[in-house]
This record gives sequence, C-alpha cells and structure tokens, in this order.
Amino acid sequence: MFAAFTSGYIVRRDEGNWREFDLPMSLLFNSIVIALSSASMQWAYYSSKQDEVKRVNLGLLLTLGLGVVFLLGQLHAWSELVAGHTFFGGADANPSGSFVYVLMGVHAFHLITGLIFVAVVLKRSLNYQVHSRAMLSIGNATIYWHFLGGLWWYLYLFLLLNH
Amino acid sequence: MATNLPVSAQSQGGIGTAPVPHTEHDDHLHDHEHHDQHWLWKYVFSQDHKMIARQFLITGMFWAVIGGLLSSLFRLQLGWPEATLDWLQPLLGKWIAGGKLDPEFYLALVTMHGTIMVFFVLTAGLSGTFSNFLIPLQVGARDMASGFMNMLSYWFFFLSSVIMFSSLFLETGPAAAGWTIYPPLSALPQAISGSGMGMTMWLVSMVFFIVSQLLGGVNYVTTVINMRTRGMSMSKLPLTIWAFFLTAILGILSFPVLFSAALLLVFDRSFGTSFFLSDIYIAGQALHNQGGSPVLFQHLFWFLGHPEVYIVIMPAMGMVSEILATNARKPIFGYRAMIGSLIGISLLSFVVWAHHMFVTGMNPFLGSVFMFLTLIIAVPSGVKVFNWLATLWRGNIRFTSAMLFAIGFVSLFISGGLTGIILGNATLDIQMHNTYFVVAHFHLVMGSSAFFGLFAGVYHWFPKMFGRMMDEKLGYIHFWLTFIGVYLVFMPMHYVGIAGFPRRYYSWTGFDAFSQFADLNKFISAAAIIAFFAQFIFIFNFFYSIFRGRRATQNPWNSTTLEWTTPIIPGHGNWPGEIPAVYRWPYDYSKPGAETDFIPQNVPYSQTASSNLPYERELDD
Repeated sequence: MFAAFTSGYIVRRDEGNWREFDLPMSLLFNSIVIALSSASMQWAYYSSKQDEVKRVNLGLLLTLGLGVVFLLGQLHAWSELVAGHTFFGGADANPSGSFVYVLMGVHAFHLITGLIFVAVVLKRSLNYQVHSRAMLSIGNATIYWHFLGGLWWYLYLFLLLNH
Repeated sequence: MATNLPVSAQSQGGIGTAPVPHTEHDDHLHDHEHHDQHWLWKYVFSQDHKMIARQFLITGMFWAVIGGLLSSLFRLQLGWPEATLDWLQPLLGKWIAGGKLDPEFYLALVTMHGTIMVFFVLTAGLSGTFSNFLIPLQVGARDMASGFMNMLSYWFFFLSSVIMFSSLFLETGPAAAGWTIYPPLSALPQAISGSGMGMTMWLVSMVFFIVSQLLGGVNYVTTVINMRTRGMSMSKLPLTIWAFFLTAILGILSFPVLFSAALLLVFDRSFGTSFFLSDIYIAGQALHNQGGSPVLFQHLFWFLGHPEVYIVIMPAMGMVSEILATNARKPIFGYRAMIGSLIGISLLSFVVWAHHMFVTGMNPFLGSVFMFLTLIIAVPSGVKVFNWLATLWRGNIRFTSAMLFAIGFVSLFISGGLTGIILGNATLDIQMHNTYFVVAHFHLVMGSSAFFGLFAGVYHWFPKMFGRMMDEKLGYIHFWLTFIGVYLVFMPMHYVGIAGFPRRYYSWTGFDAFSQFADLNKFISAAAIIAFFAQFIFIFNFFYSIFRGRRATQNPWNSTTLEWTTPIIPGHGNWPGEIPAVYRWPYDYSKPGAETDFIPQNVPYSQTASSNLPYERELDD
C-alpha cells in the first residue's frame, strides 16, 4: 500500500505542475524519536527473554511514551505545513502537499494500531504473562513496531530525496 | 451426527489407510467434538472452514443471480432499443420513464454487473468458497490457521455485500462510472447522479471487501505453509492448493493498492484534494482542483486490476486440473510444469497492468514494453492448455457434470485466450479498445471460464460439502444450455467488435455505421437471457440435492486426494481419528501394475509393491 502511494507520488511528480516546498524540521526530530522507541522496544524484548519483568515494563512504557511523542510531533509538523501554506485539500492545495498528508496520516493510523498492540502487551506484562516462555505477543509486537519505525524512515528519506 | 462416525468409516474407500504413529493432533480433536454447539455458532457465526465455505458459496450464488439479472436488463435495452419497457416498471420503478430505460441507470446496470461479477461472485464466491473448503481438507489440517480470522473474513464480505446491495436501491442510483470507476467521472457527483451516494457506498463496500480478502488471504497462505500433514511436501500438493496459494499471495499484494486508490479517491471526493482532478469545467463552472492526474488512478487501479483477473481465473485452473485428472483416470500431464506455469503467471501478472491503458497517451516505448510482457503470458497459459489437452488425450474419460464443465473451461479459455494475443498488441488495441471485441475477450477468458470452473468445482465437491450427489441429468442439461449459450452470446460480439461497435453505449441506433447490427444484437440478447434462465436449472439442482439428492459414498469419484479420506460428512476437525500421513503425489491414476486405477495419497509404497517404480521401491519402508 505504501509502495503504491510512493510510486504514485513519483509518477505524479514527473508529470509536472508540482509545487515544491520544504519539509518541516520537526520531521527529523520525529524520526529520531521513533528510532529511539524501536531501541526501547528491542530492549524490552531482550529483557523478556531474560525474565527481567521490571525492565520489560519499563521498556514497553518507554516505547508507548515515545510513540505518543512521535504522534504529537507529526501533528506539530502538520501545523507547520499549514503555516507554510501547504494544504491537504481546497483551492490552494497541490498534490505534492496532499501526498505528504496522506503518507503521514496513513502511517499515523498504523502507528495508533501499533500503540494499542504495545499497550496490550504491557497489560499482559503487568500481569506477569510475558516472559521467556511466553514470547509470542511481545515478539509480534516488536516485529510490528520495528516495521512501523523502518517504514517511517523509508517515508522520511523518500520525501527528503524526492521533493 | 456425522462427527461420531466410527474410525472404521475412514477406511471404506478401497485401499485402507496405513497405520501411522500417534500424532499430537489427537487430543486437540476432542476439544471440538463432544459438545453440542448452539445453532447460531454452528451455522451462522461458524469458525469451521467448511461452514464458512458454504456461506461464501451461497452468498456468491445470490450475487450471481443479481449480476445475471442486471445483465439481462441491459441486454434488453441493447437488443430491442425501440421497445417499450413499461412492463419492467414494477421492478425498476422510476428508472423506466416513458417506457424507456433511464440512460444513467443503464450505466449503473453495467457498472454494478461488472463489480458484482468480478468481485462478489468470481473473487469471493469462487476462491472464498473453494480455498476455504479445500485447503484444510487437501493439505490434511483440522481447520484454517485462524478460524476466527476466517469467520471475520466472511462477515466483512457479508457487510460489504449488504452495503453494495443496498446501494442498488438509492434514489440517486448505484455507482455508474464503470466497474473501473475512473475519475473524474466517479469523483464528481455533478457529473452523473451515480457518483453521489452510490459511489460513496461503492467505495465503503469495497474497503470492507478488501479487508475480507486480506484476512482470508493471510489465512490461506499460513495454512498452506504451516499446516500440511506429515509427508505433504510442497511437491506433493494437489494443483488446486498450489492455485489457491498463489491466488492468495496475489490478493495480499494487489488488493492494498486498490485500497490506496480508493482512499485517494475518497479524499478527492470528500476532502477537496486533487489527486486525480485537474482543470475541470462542469456546466461552465471551473472547479478549484488543480494538478491532479486521472491517469495516475488508472495506474493504481490496474495494478490491482490485472492481478485481479488471475485471482479470478487461477482457482478455476487449479480445480479444472484436478477434475480433469480424476475423470480422465490419468495423472495430470506435466505436474511440475503446471506449478511452474502458475508461478510464471503470478509473477507476470504484476508487470502487465498498463496493457489496459495503451490509449491513455502513454509513451509508445513503454507501451511496447508492456506489450512484450503481456504476450509472454501466452507462454505459461499455452503450457497449461497443452497439459490439459495432453491429460485428456487417450484418457479413460468419465463424463460427469464436473468433467463436462472442466472441458468446457478449457474450450472457453482457448477461445478467449487467443483474442488476448490480439488485444495485447498495442497497435491492434488502438483499433479494438472499448469495442465489443474487448467485452467478448474478457467474458470468455475470464468471466465464463471462471464460471465454468466454479460450476465444475461445485459439481465435483458437492458430495463432500453436503454428503449428497447432484443430479447428473440436470447437470448435463445445464452444461449444454450454458456452453452453447455462452458461445452464442460472445462469438457474435467479436464480430461486431471488429466492426468498431463501441461498448458502454446506451443506444446505438443513432449511428448509421452500427444500425446494420440490430439483428446480431437481438440475437446476442436473446441468447444471453436464455443462458441466464438456464442457470436456474443449476440453482434448483443445487438446493434440491442438498435435501433430496442421492446419498454420496465416501469417495464417489475414486479420487486420490485427502478430502475423500474423511467421513462422508466431516465434523469439525475433519478426521475423527488422527490426520492421515501422505506418501505419494496426488495423481496416481491408472498406475501400471496397481490393483485399482487410483492410489490415494495416504497409501504408503509398502502396500503397493506391484506398481512401484524402481526409485519408489527404496521409499518402501
């Protein structure tokens, strides 16, 4: 799906009538935040392998917190885009801007589902249900979270290089 | 209850099952068997793959009747453009004005016919039914990997069906921009009344449909990869399973792209973006949308759209391979070539989408690349056709209803496939595009063929689904009426298409060039409507046989695959005892030296010393 959006972006850009604009700096900050959250998720995963329940809880909580910070950061980036007169729709919009909103929005939607997933794992972990013999939920959550982080980095670099 | 059949029922089918060591699946089974389920959970919110398959099948049949009815309505208009259609007023209400079919409603009919047939009947009804039914039974699994997701898959499909069905009754009419919903027509309610609420409901319905497809597809792939029984290597899988497996992969990769396109279209329609819209004047009013590209939509749409036609046809190919081998009493010719060609078709299906777009002003060089890739698809398709014919060649053919439809499938696939080579040429397509030649091509190669595969599958696996046989006599009548009907409908369409007769036209009587085709159009319409009514023979046969059909034996077709080793009506968990292990490939028919003309997959080589080939003697332990 994201492959479709990004290839659509390229096809569309090559057809001209494409308004250039600068990406807000806050996106770089957000990218760093999400990379950190991936690290904390991995830390939680390793800790669960070693049955360090407290560290698992801390790692998951950290991941959740960083995830929320990332979302707020994305919201902030949108307001910066609007301040720079790059709109999603309406008479002043250009597909170049609309694409950025769609990519960020659809990614944010997936991230919210990821947050819910991590929260579920955290709840299980608080009930001592996540440990070295019950790795399935945290394992899947870790894979999904890394996927979301990697996806964002892909999108960010893509937008950086192709605008 | 059939679930309580003694284990001995399992070994009725000629050669018995071999003693196999205890497997861990044993205790799992007892969880399922010994409690009576409430009917609501058994028949409605069932997580049993067999019940879900039957739900998909019956919903698909419902949709097929609706889709066929819509086509009969617009064929009436095309065949008898001067007739007064007042007698349809009770059915169509305000869409008949002054004895004439409303032109916009004609477009809606065509749109909904395409949408219903492609997605709701031939995607959900065909692969939904048979992937669900056959994957666990043929790979030797108790159920799908996730029964719950499987149930959700059906109910998302049901929800999507309800939304699509209710859009037929909107005051502004259902979606009317063609099943390909090209913007700007589909994006602007001012352009056509169907692009208002009808289009919105179309998009919402398709979103749920895509969710259903993805849930189902992930399940099919997981089940085939992880849940095969002992000994069932990928090179011992029946071709049906290979086809369903690759179909599911195609669906998982391509449906999200349709979702992207639909999402962007929703934004364009409701949130004022301009992904697909630019420089548009409607009724002298300039729209604000700037910078969009309608061709971008076509790229996104056809990136799903082309794999979609293989999603439709590949399950039919798999089932036909199985049915031909069983009823010709011969091994399928070129088993590995069949798998290879399925893989080849799957890969190629992703790199040919722009052959639907030769006339969008694309770079001719790009067009020739897509033309080249498109024509390559003829190679794996040719391999398949050759292998089917070689399987039939000098076979000991049993003409069951299923076999007739399977042979009919091969016939239609050849007739329709040949015109694909013509249309795949960019230069020829410039002449042919948007004529009835295209309509004839895809109705033969994809529409009718897939329907024939569907019928073949229902006739063949009906005994396993309902424990009774369908009536053969009615099956023959159904086959011949349908087979002749289909050719009578679509052969003349090639002819009028070559002459340039355009598709999607409500009325052609105003054009001198086409008025000479009045007779042919009348003929096509009559044939189409007769063929439509012939399907009621099937529907009667189907429902009558569910309750009154002759009782089936355990293995009525003397087939080798695992589903026929289950009890006549398998319970939840499929095998009352342990799951049989697999020792051989699924096509040991008429093996020289064997005692019977078929050896089921679960018979070890040690029991068939007389027919073993030299290298198989080593496997004998």
